[in-house]
Order: sequence, then C-alpha cells, then structure tokens
Amino acid sequence: MSPESWQAIVLTLKLATLTTVLLLVLATPLAWWLAHRRSAWRAAVSAVVTLPLVLPPSVLGFYLLVALGPQGPLGQFTQAMGWGVMSFTFTGLLIGSVIFSLPFAVQPIQNAFEALGTRPLEVAATLRASPLDAFFTVALPQARTGLLTAAVLSFAHTVGEFGVVLMIGGNIPGQTRTVSTQIYGHVEAMEYAQAHALAAGMLAFSFAVLLALAFLRRPLSRGAA
Amino acid sequence: MTNVTVIHIQLPRAGFLLDVDLELPARGITVLFGPSGSGKSSLLRVVAGLERARRARVVVGGEVWEDDATREWVPAHKRPIGLVFQEASLFDHLDVMGNLRYGLVRSQRLARTAAPSAQAVLDHAIERLGIGHLLQRRPATLSGGERQRVAIARALATQPRLLLLDEPLSALDAARRQEILPWLERLRDDAQVPMLYVTHSMDELARLADQVVVLDQGRVRISGPVGEVLSSLQSPMAQAEDAGVLLLGQVVERQAKWQLARVAFAGGELWLRDAGHAVGTPVRLRVLARDVSLAMQQPRDISVQNVVPAVVDASEDAPHPSQVTVSLRCGPTLILSRITRRAAHELALAPGRPVWALIKAVALVA
Repeated sequence: MSPESWQAIVLTLKLATLTTVLLLVLATPLAWWLAHRRSAWRAAVSAVVTLPLVLPPSVLGFYLLVALGPQGPLGQFTQAMGWGVMSFTFTGLLIGSVIFSLPFAVQPIQNAFEALGTRPLEVAATLRASPLDAFFTVALPQARTGLLTAAVLSFAHTVGEFGVVLMIGGNIPGQTRTVSTQIYGHVEAMEYAQAHALAAGMLAFSFAVLLALAFLRRPLSRGAA
Repeated sequence: MTNVTVIHIQLPRAGFLLDVDLELPARGITVLFGPSGSGKSSLLRVVAGLERARRARVVVGGEVWEDDATREWVPAHKRPIGLVFQEASLFDHLDVMGNLRYGLVRSQRLARTAAPSAQAVLDHAIERLGIGHLLQRRPATLSGGERQRVAIARALATQPRLLLLDEPLSALDAARRQEILPWLERLRDDAQVPMLYVTHSMDELARLADQVVVLDQGRVRISGPVGEVLSSLQSPMAQAEDAGVLLLGQVVERQAKWQLARVAFAGGELWLRDAGHAVGTPVRLRVLARDVSLAMQQPRDISVQNVVPAVVDASEDAPHPSQVTVSLRCGPTLILSRITRRAAHELALAPGRPVWALIKAVALVA
C-alpha cells in the first residue's frame, strides 16, 4: 500500500478514536437528560439530536462549512479566541464527525437508561448513595452494554463517513484525508488496485464491527428476558 | 419521644387522598395492612424520602426527617433507613458481597457517631440472614428467596434506624415465603431495628406483626397491638371470611403419648398438635371465628378438646345476613365466634352472659 494510504488509515483511526471519546462524554449526560426529564424541550432536543440521521451528509457538511468558515458565526468566534479558522482542518473535521455521529451515540445510551428505569437509582438512594454517586456507580455500570454499543457505532460510523469529510475537511493529505476520501481519490486517478486494497479493508472492518455488535447485544436481550 | 415514630402524611393519590396521622412505637414489626391500592406503599415511599408529599411530618427516633411546617427535608440518601422492595432489586453488576458492601461503606462514611466496625456490621448482617455461602455469587444465579435474603441483609448492613419492607414476599411462591419468614421472625426477636412491613397477606401479618395499622382508601381504619386489632369487631378483618383472633402464648406441657401440646395464654389454655416446640417456647396461635361454637352448659362426652368458659362481650353483623360475629371475653383475652343469627337468638346471647366456647381448630402460626 502507498504511504498516502497508510497516512489515511492512521488519520481515520485517530479521528474515529477522538470522535468516540468526545461522543461518550457528550452523549451520556444528554441521553440521561432525554431518558429522565419530562421537559417540554425534550421533543425538540430529541429531534435535533436525531437530525444527522436523516440529513444528507452534504447538507450537514455544507452548514458546518459555512458556520466554521471565516465569515461564519463559529468561525468569527474561533478567530476572536485566537484559534484561527476551523474549516479544512483536523479540528473542524472532528467537530463535524461528532455532530454527524451524535444520534448513533445518544440512542443506545438513552435506550439503556430508559430500560434501567428509576428503581436501581431508588435502591441506591436507600443505600446512602447521592444522585451523582448513584449515576456513576449504578446507572453507568448497568447501562454498560448501551455505552459499549454507542462506542462501537460511533467509531464505525466515523470511519465510514464521506460526505461531511469531503465538505468540511477538503481532502487534504495528512490533515483531513480519511480512508473513504482516499478511496475516492484512487478511483478518480484510475488506481483501482489501490482502491481495492482499502475498500476490502473497510468491508472486513465493517463486517467485524457488526459481528461484535451482535455479540454485544446478546447479554442485553438475555438480561431483559 | 425518641422511642416513637411519627408519620403524618397528606398525599393525593389516584382516586383517593392518603391521609394518615400515626404515632408508632419504635420497636418490633409494625405491619401496614390493607388491600392493594390502599396507600401502604406510598406511605413507605414518603417515609423513605423517595416521594414528596405536599403535607408531611416524619420524625424517627427523635430526628425530624421532614416537616412541611418548618420546610425541613432530609433527602432519601441521608435518611438512615433500609428499604426492601417487592422484587429484590439487587445490583446485577456486583456480586453478593459487592451488593452488601455498597450500602455498608456509604453508611459508615455518613455515620456521625462512633459506629461499630464495618466488618462487625457486615458479619452480623450475613449471619442474620444466613447468606455466608452466597457471597461470591452473582445475583442472576440466586433463587428468588436467596435474592430477597441478600436484599434484606444489604439493607441491614447500612445499620438503619428504621427498616422498611414493601411486600417483600409477595413476588415469591409459597415455599420460598416459608423459607424467608423464620429469618424475619429472628430479626424481630433481636429487637434491634424497628420495622415497617407492608403486606396484604393475613398469614404474614399473623406471623410477624407486633403492631398493626389497617389502611383502606388512604385512611387508617384501626391501629394497635396485633392481638387487639384482630379481636376487635370494629376492625375490617372481623368482616373477612377468615376473621379470627391471634393468641400469644407459651408451650407449658407436651404429652408424648397423644402427640399434643398444651399452650397457656392470658385467660386460658388450649390443646393442640405437638409441633415439636419445647416447653417454654413462645408461640402464636390463630383461632378462626368460624371454628368457635357456643354452648350455654358445659358440654360433656364431646370430641372437641378445647372447651373454654367465657363471657359474651359484644356482637356485630357478619358479612352474610344469616350470621353474626360474637366477641367473647376469656379473662383479659378476646375470642371471636361466628354463629348464625338464629342461634344467637335462640341462645338469647347478650353482653355479660356466661357461655362455653367450643374451639374446634387451633392453628399454630409460629
């Protein structure tokens, strides 16, 4: 494989790992709020979180590009803070990936919290655990299958994204060129053998992920029975 | 006031208002009895701090846990209670030991006064529920009865000032229930933790209760020591098909030849099947009203072994119009008898008349 291909693989893994970590940190409290609050805002927040699931990646990427660009509101903000412009950078790509995969992280965690119900937390309270204590020592461990599913889905979905990467990243080698855009580049250049190597790798990876998910979900369904 | 539990609650529920004003002795087992949907569990949840009533005052052992008048409110996790739910609710990500230690370490951290060592508390809870052989097991591998024993031990390990049990046996089959009841009896006889025990089972009430609070539609119908409540014609239980009294007695004699035991209670003695209890053992006897007949003269040549002199105290209509329930005084003890209205008329029963009570069956409940 060409050095460019290796570079794209490393960058993709780095992007997917960082995206997954960020998503777990952001999606867990969000999923908790959605699972437990009966707020009037709940439906609206839930819809916004789910939007990336139905929007074409190019639409999402387009708006992010505009927002993060030199004239966009977020771009103005990042420049004012001295961080520069985020579009066509790895950071911008990371922000886009987090938003793009948000529903894949929130939904499994939210489902797990909802399946848990309030009883384990009440039990924890009668055992002298404060609400925060109970969240970390009871809710999170009992929702572990949901958290793991969210992590696997976020990682896999980030590895597989294309539209957002192209729009906001701009396909810059070593900075924003991921495996999926690298394959596109190879095909454009008629380098079918190179494209093949990467594409086959992606196919194997995706299959492995789905297989892992199937194993992950088994104990969950047994626990619910 | 430290030996009294004060529970005053007004809480609207679906279809009724839970409105109770109780002062309970802080010892033994107080059974909250009543049909489902009478507000028993809601009462327990308010005492535990899991539910907030608009108007409530809860004082346990001299400590105010909540008082709407002074806006005092102690959150659930700071109340020294133990709560055992209907289903055991063990944490399945921890083994049995992990479950026991969960509440133990947190309660030790919160304890203000010098508490006994964690190990001593843990050992006591494990010994009290007989779960020493289960400590390394996962909750999913335990039987229903074992799970509930672990749940009770877990609550005990927090050294509660009040142990709340919300129908702890109702999710179990009869055999599992019989497996757990002796452990609960031992806990009661330790007299270390007062318990509030919610149930709608007369069997559990008869075996466990020291005091009884009967709830119906959110109101207290009657409350008091178990013997008094079960022998009162005013209690809703006197209207039930299985109305009957509970006698607290002691084995005084065993006849090996006939396999019978004599049990003395305040006001009389009864013969019953020898269940193997040693002389001196305290026992609870249940005498159902339908098993008590009345005679005006002392009957002779009769197979009934228990014929007790008594005096008619009062009578009340029974559920079916053909019957009445009569209460009889045997010394300080009351016994109930259910007879037909015609028999009561023919015998000219009236308060103060001496009669002979023929007791056809006596059940040993514990």
